[in-house]
Amino acid sequence: MSLKTNTELLHQQFIHSLNREKRWVRFYQFLIFIVIFAGWEIASRLQWIDPLIFSAPSKVWNLLIVKIQDGSLWLDLSFTLSETVLGFILGTLLGTLLAALLWWSPFLSKILDPYLVILNSMPKVALGPILIVALGPSFTSIVAMGAIISVIITTIVVYTSFREVDPNYIKVLQTFGGTRYQIFKEAILPSSFPVIISTLKVNVGLSWVGVIVGEFLVASKGLGYMIIYGFQVFNFTLVMLSLLIIAVLATIMYQVVELIEKKLIKNN
Amino acid sequence: MEFLKIDDIHHTYFTKTSAVTALSDVSLDVAEGEFVSFLGPSGCGKTTLLSIIAGLIKPTEGLVELEGKKVGTKDNEIGYMLQQDYLFPWKTIEENILLGLKISGSLEKDKIQYAHDLLEKMGLQSVEPLYPKQLSGGMRQRVALVRTLATEPKLLMLDEPFSALDYQTKLNLENLVSNTLKSFGKTAILVTHDIGEAIAMSDRVYLFSPGPGHIHKMFHIPKELRDLTPFHTRNHEAYTDIFQSIWKELESIEPEDKY
Repeated sequence: MSLKTNTELLHQQFIHSLNREKRWVRFYQFLIFIVIFAGWEIASRLQWIDPLIFSAPSKVWNLLIVKIQDGSLWLDLSFTLSETVLGFILGTLLGTLLAALLWWSPFLSKILDPYLVILNSMPKVALGPILIVALGPSFTSIVAMGAIISVIITTIVVYTSFREVDPNYIKVLQTFGGTRYQIFKEAILPSSFPVIISTLKVNVGLSWVGVIVGEFLVASKGLGYMIIYGFQVFNFTLVMLSLLIIAVLATIMYQVVELIEKKLIKNN
Repeated sequence: MEFLKIDDIHHTYFTKTSAVTALSDVSLDVAEGEFVSFLGPSGCGKTTLLSIIAGLIKPTEGLVELEGKKVGTKDNEIGYMLQQDYLFPWKTIEENILLGLKISGSLEKDKIQYAHDLLEKMGLQSVEPLYPKQLSGGMRQRVALVRTLATEPKLLMLDEPFSALDYQTKLNLENLVSNTLKSFGKTAILVTHDIGEAIAMSDRVYLFSPGPGHIHKMFHIPKELRDLTPFHTRNHEAYTDIFQSIWKELESIEPEDKY
């Protein structure tokens, strides 16, 4: 056997073993899923856990079908999802803009520094009642909750990454006569994309917190409202359904962010 | 009138707790087409002087004139090459070499072509769509040279551009840079702490001493060495003599008990 075909053979074996490992990983992931839901169903039916409190997958499934058929699920889901996506985009965008402003004016950043620290350490959800009074018990105030919860931390993290850009990249642009705007556009912003992306990932989770809390406080529809309503009427099947839907939606949002990451960071 | 005139430069860095004088009483002239090296131990203000010449730092006192005009970064007359390539990792090689033209808003067809020709002259073919990290250190430094030359600067400043490379790559690049600059008749200033490199590449060597940085002595490189390529200079018999005399001066600056 020649050396070349031998290498090819070994390579094929290597790929084969990689694939086999991947199949096993998938298998175990699926197994865990099955065990959790089957265990939940069995435990509920055999009354190991209180079915009134913990419901059961079959009940949640039936409720899901009912809510899809009468169209009410779509209403709640789209309401909450649009609030979250809007809050998420607003929070990230405003945070990045604020960071850019601070980078632009070091003097301003010195002035604002203590205020940022205070705002960051404050529990943002505590602002909920004030927001509701100011903006009205509506869609707007819930979006504001989703945004406000992520904007300050985004500002701080992104601004830090702006400042940590290697000064030699700035020097290169300065020797070409680059303006401050050109330096920002060509060096500061692109080299901070990885950090911005990772704050996006954190912000996905934060926006959901803001929006669900916002809905707890004011909404008459939405997934957060479903949870608080289900809790009040002791319909925990409704609570579980809402939780599962939130888990799915948040995961999808996270995946979208990862897709953006792949598009944006080409050189990795 | 001199091409580059550096007149009585003093520079002090101020911080809250100290005022450190980096340069004092530095005056020198560089003729057009000349290759001059600044040699000296670290901390003698060589890089500060380069930044002042490039117009990146305003000196506390003194004047730098290029062809009778005060230097500034706006005119794009000075090219600056750093210790490492500092190619932008998120830009392709093509975007990197055109960066200077883009910044100065002069992305014209013939200038773009010039940049591509330079790249080919440096022995880099069909690397345009690649990203910097796909190239070796020597290749990247060549790309950085193309980026610097693409804006056709009148004066080129090299701040220890070979110090991060392995020895063999360094020798090859010295030859390439020396030949390229000679063929374009470019004026260049090289900052280095490598005596051999200074001798091999330059027409004149300024030896700086620290505390505060000032010109200690100036050496003329003999005519027979100047016309050789850096690699051949290192093998010439006159090289050893000039090396020895610079070495002795360096010794007198740096106290021996340092080690």
